[in-house]
Amino acid sequence: MSEHAAVTMEEVRRVAELANLELTAEEEPRMQRDLNAILGHIAQLNELDTAGVPPMAQVGEILGGLVEDRGEALRQDAVRPSLDRAAVMACAPETDGRFFKVPKVIER
Amino acid sequence: MELESLTMDAARAAIASGEVTATALAELHYGRIAADDGKINSFLALSRERAMTQAAKIDGMVAKGESLPPLAGIPVGIKDVLTMKGSPATAGSLILKGYRPPYDATVVAKLEAAGAVLLGKLNCDEFAMGSSNENSAYGPVRNPRALDRVPGGSSGGSAAAVAANFAVATLGTDTGGSIRQPAAFCGVVGVLPTYGRVSRYGLIAFASSLDRVGPFAKNVKDAATVLQVIAGKDVMDATSSDQPVEDYVGGLSRPVEGLRIGVPEEYFGEGLDPEIRTAIDGAIADLKTAGCVVKPVSLPHTKYAIPTYYVIATAEASSNLSRFDGVRFGLRSEEAKTLSAMFKKTRDAGFGAEVKRRILLGTYALSAGYYDAYYRKAQQVRTLLTRDFLTAFDEVDVLVAPVTPTPAFKLGEKTDDPVQMYLADIYSVAASLAGICGVSVPCGETKDGLPIGVQVMGRHFDEATMLRVAQAVETGPSFCGRKRL
Repeated sequence: MSEHAAVTMEEVRRVAELANLELTAEEEPRMQRDLNAILGHIAQLNELDTAGVPPMAQVGEILGGLVEDRGEALRQDAVRPSLDRAAVMACAPETDGRFFKVPKVIER
Repeated sequence: MELESLTMDAARAAIASGEVTATALAELHYGRIAADDGKINSFLALSRERAMTQAAKIDGMVAKGESLPPLAGIPVGIKDVLTMKGSPATAGSLILKGYRPPYDATVVAKLEAAGAVLLGKLNCDEFAMGSSNENSAYGPVRNPRALDRVPGGSSGGSAAAVAANFAVATLGTDTGGSIRQPAAFCGVVGVLPTYGRVSRYGLIAFASSLDRVGPFAKNVKDAATVLQVIAGKDVMDATSSDQPVEDYVGGLSRPVEGLRIGVPEEYFGEGLDPEIRTAIDGAIADLKTAGCVVKPVSLPHTKYAIPTYYVIATAEASSNLSRFDGVRFGLRSEEAKTLSAMFKKTRDAGFGAEVKRRILLGTYALSAGYYDAYYRKAQQVRTLLTRDFLTAFDEVDVLVAPVTPTPAFKLGEKTDDPVQMYLADIYSVAASLAGICGVSVPCGETKDGLPIGVQVMGRHFDEATMLRVAQAVETGPSFCGRKRL
């Protein structure tokens, strides 16, 4: 297993903030331990020389014409019926029927 | 009626001849669920009203002598990451508790249009993240073949429901092995179709470049029948392919003689259980007997599949799961007085530990300063892993390998060590990353009676050849440890 720089507790908190997660005092050390274990395993990738290898976002790219030209054609830009608004709004925790309602946005 | 041996052909024949009604068949399955699912925990919700309405419709068609669609009256179950209009869709998470989506996933609508009777929603790891079904917020699923063991994951409920005869077939999803691995652990057939073969409209997304929908069934022919129904281009999913859908069921009767079978050496290394090795060797010997040409091949980057997967899948998950914020559906924490606090408190209360772990990892891998080292690097290795397969498929028609390094493990055995849990998918993630198709077929059992699966992997969009080889394994002479269906 190759070297990787250990994730600090401060980084765990920073990443949690970025992800809109609130970790409890018990969760933080556990997440730090797990992230370091997983990143230690991931560090194996550094054994490979990938200079000049194109990155692949999904399989369509590598198959070239097979999926890219045919499988990912966008549909026609035409007006079609969509989901019923009332049915969609009924799924929301708080709504006035037209808009989703949320707590105060401006905090200061 | 014996549910244990009830294949689709048998069910269809019984319904068409009037030996059983679709209504009675649905009731039989609901009865079995009521009797036995207390100890398995495979169903999270039953859609009885919808099922019985559909069954009555099929019975009406039989009474009028109308021609019946391919899945007429077949009781099926749906993994809870797929939407069914008006039924709960929790994805195994508290954050979607109470959500009843107002639309059907395309695959659900297609099954029903083909006559299937939709029994309900099946338990799974939260947002399909897991290899043991122990990450469900609604309790673990137990393996019907050994109740102290996991059914595999993340589609544990889908595999267990077929193994326990609660449904004739089910749908699951596979992102890194979540169909093939539970199929192997529970002794049923599970198909991972090629990326783009089956629509994902109505699938609650985990990792969009990897997620796929596929069937579980009691045998290869039934799985092929379901795949036939759900495959094809969908205008609602831009990643679905318009490659023509082949006749999978009809293709099964073609001989396998002369097909070239590749055996990837990297899938038979250290860590492979000797009993599984023996069973896979038996399956390969059967294929040889049937006239296949067996060749060793190499997929040299295999050992990098797990680390590659855990960068890409978590990066995509961190993005996909940002939609769960308490605004449009599901849970909202009522404690918070401001919007940003509401996001955090809702997500803290709604997500389980594994989901948080993966969101954190993915966010870390995508964050400023780490993107090139992790995400870009993993995408490059993904190219190498895919090239491995394309090179091998120049020489052979399919690949045959184990699905898992061990049989089903015990509940609680790996929950404290995420890396060990991730390694349960060591033989399944490479095919996921490369987008090729795969199937797990029962090929034996251990001395303790635990099922063993063999994996057949096929070229992109060549499910027909893959299923044909899978059926040859299923009906081969080596595997005598289990009652034939």
